[in-house]
Amino acid sequence: MIEPRRGADIGGARGELLLSVKNLKKYFPIKEGVLIDRTVDYVKAVDDVSFDIRTGETLGLVGESGSGKSTTGFCVLQLLKPTSGSVLFDGKELTTMSKREMRAIRREIQIVFQDPYASLNPRMTVGDIVSEPLLIHSVGSRRSRRRSAEQLLEVVGFNPDFINRYPHEFSGGQRQRIGIARALALNPRLIVCDEPVSALDVSIQAQILNLLKDLQIEFGLTYLFIAHDLAVVRAMSDQIAVMNRGKIVEYGPAEKVYTDPQDKYSQALLAAVPVPDPRRMRERRAERQKHKDVLAEPV
Amino acid sequence: MALLEVRDLHTFFKTRVGEVRAVDGVSFDVEAGKMLGIVGESGCGKSVTMLSLMGLVQPPGRVVEGTAHFDGRDLLKLGNRQLEDVRGHLIGMIFQDPMTSLNPTLTIGTQITETLRRHLGMNRKDANKRAVELLEEVHIPNAARRLDDYPHRYSGGMRQRVMIAIAISCNPKLLIADEPTTALDVTVQAGVLDLLHELRSLHDMGVIIITHDMGVVAETANDIIVMYAGQIVEQAPALDLFDNPEHPYTEALLAALPQVEDENVRDGRLLSIPGRPPDLIAPPPACRFAPRCMYAGHDDCATVAPELREVRPGHWVRSAHPASERAAEPVGAR
Repeated sequence: MIEPRRGADIGGARGELLLSVKNLKKYFPIKEGVLIDRTVDYVKAVDDVSFDIRTGETLGLVGESGSGKSTTGFCVLQLLKPTSGSVLFDGKELTTMSKREMRAIRREIQIVFQDPYASLNPRMTVGDIVSEPLLIHSVGSRRSRRRSAEQLLEVVGFNPDFINRYPHEFSGGQRQRIGIARALALNPRLIVCDEPVSALDVSIQAQILNLLKDLQIEFGLTYLFIAHDLAVVRAMSDQIAVMNRGKIVEYGPAEKVYTDPQDKYSQALLAAVPVPDPRRMRERRAERQKHKDVLAEPV
Repeated sequence: MALLEVRDLHTFFKTRVGEVRAVDGVSFDVEAGKMLGIVGESGCGKSVTMLSLMGLVQPPGRVVEGTAHFDGRDLLKLGNRQLEDVRGHLIGMIFQDPMTSLNPTLTIGTQITETLRRHLGMNRKDANKRAVELLEEVHIPNAARRLDDYPHRYSGGMRQRVMIAIAISCNPKLLIADEPTTALDVTVQAGVLDLLHELRSLHDMGVIIITHDMGVVAETANDIIVMYAGQIVEQAPALDLFDNPEHPYTEALLAALPQVEDENVRDGRLLSIPGRPPDLIAPPPACRFAPRCMYAGHDDCATVAPELREVRPGHWVRSAHPASERAAEPVGAR
């Protein structure tokens, strides 16, 4: 049975380079033709993206729908095969790994999905869902896996008494806790969080964000935090990368990106976020007018 | 007299396990030329309130009680036929999902002119001309040419603009927008909100905007209603609500919201509201927020239901512990 890593024992000291993505590209071919498919063009979903994440830190990947942020996350996990580029995790190149080698690495990189309604198997009990990663990687005995599941649920603030219930019996926030417990099961070092709170109400969203923050400190986790909500990303991230049309248009320390964005698109994006302060309505509206050309909607 | 006066609206849904009190005693006014924002989390009754007004609540749902005076008539007493003359004509509606609220098999032009011909009795030619004007009004480029396109050729933001064009086509006195920007990207959302703002002043319409996003109402609404568990818990002019929120729930919602402009949010924790909204089949007997409230302690929050009362002119709150009357720090444990 595995004990969650705690405190100093986090496999690699805080601040060490954990993930390094270089010139990552993912092109999806556009095919035409009836009998013989012919590639006429490519959708450049991810187009030359590079970033680094250090142990214990969070990189916030922010952008609008279709900007390529989720595709980037999938390429990091090797759930999609990148067209070209390199993904170095803890010094090891993932893009050239065999399936078997990659399987071992998957213990260290996990994912939390957006939709807590769709990402949990409705026919499995909460306990089975949380311990499935352990089963897949043949960790421990049936009984020890069960005990691990109870512990994990406790860690994420989910009542372990409900371990034999099914996902549909729980609210969105509770389900997301189950998803997080599952991601923690193998003691990963990096967790890709793909829009983890966008399906949740504000009051519940804050609970989950706080949980992710607490877990990060407790287990020394590193996050690649993907979201469209700029405020959420700011609350979570040390570094920020703003994506637009497959490219990173701005990349740097969170504070700097938010207070002094250099790129035109990031400026426009920040100006578009509604701010809960009616006094500044007029000022914000004027600010947006300045960015009108950048924000022209696709027709 | 206000444009729309809703009084004591109750809408319940019958289920096998009991009656869900989705809207439980809601009253408000909408003035011409003003924008009213209704904010709340999922299941608080904000959408059902609007569906009730429009006669769109389907069984097992039922408007149990209440009145809604609009233009000299009680909307809740109108028959289907009469409602059809009101909907889309005197009251325009915009729904959340622009992908599903347009018919994919009809051109944009057909869908706009349909309303004009039905309600205003225009002929095809006049209706087409008016449709072009409407598309221009919602800032769709090359309007005349885009009339013959089908919805799939429009992006999400464009489709929502078309929905707005249809909603305002008969110069409604009231426009109801239910989460009009939730499915849109922020940059597109900003454009749509600015458009709503512009059209409201241009046509002197009353607008009700329903949303879960405090930021959206802050940017658009004159007055704001906060709903929780089927009831209005706070109602105030926008500035007063954001400057001096009174209800513990409103305060907590605002505090739980991460903000783009805050400093040093990375290392801090967000204030979260413990627990989750109550079951509306058997809601807490007295104050519905009491089980999650940090101020509900050694008093009668669990036995006496608070009334919606005016703590200062125009600012209404349903709580025994509004911010301005609190002497000490929280009594309850979090």
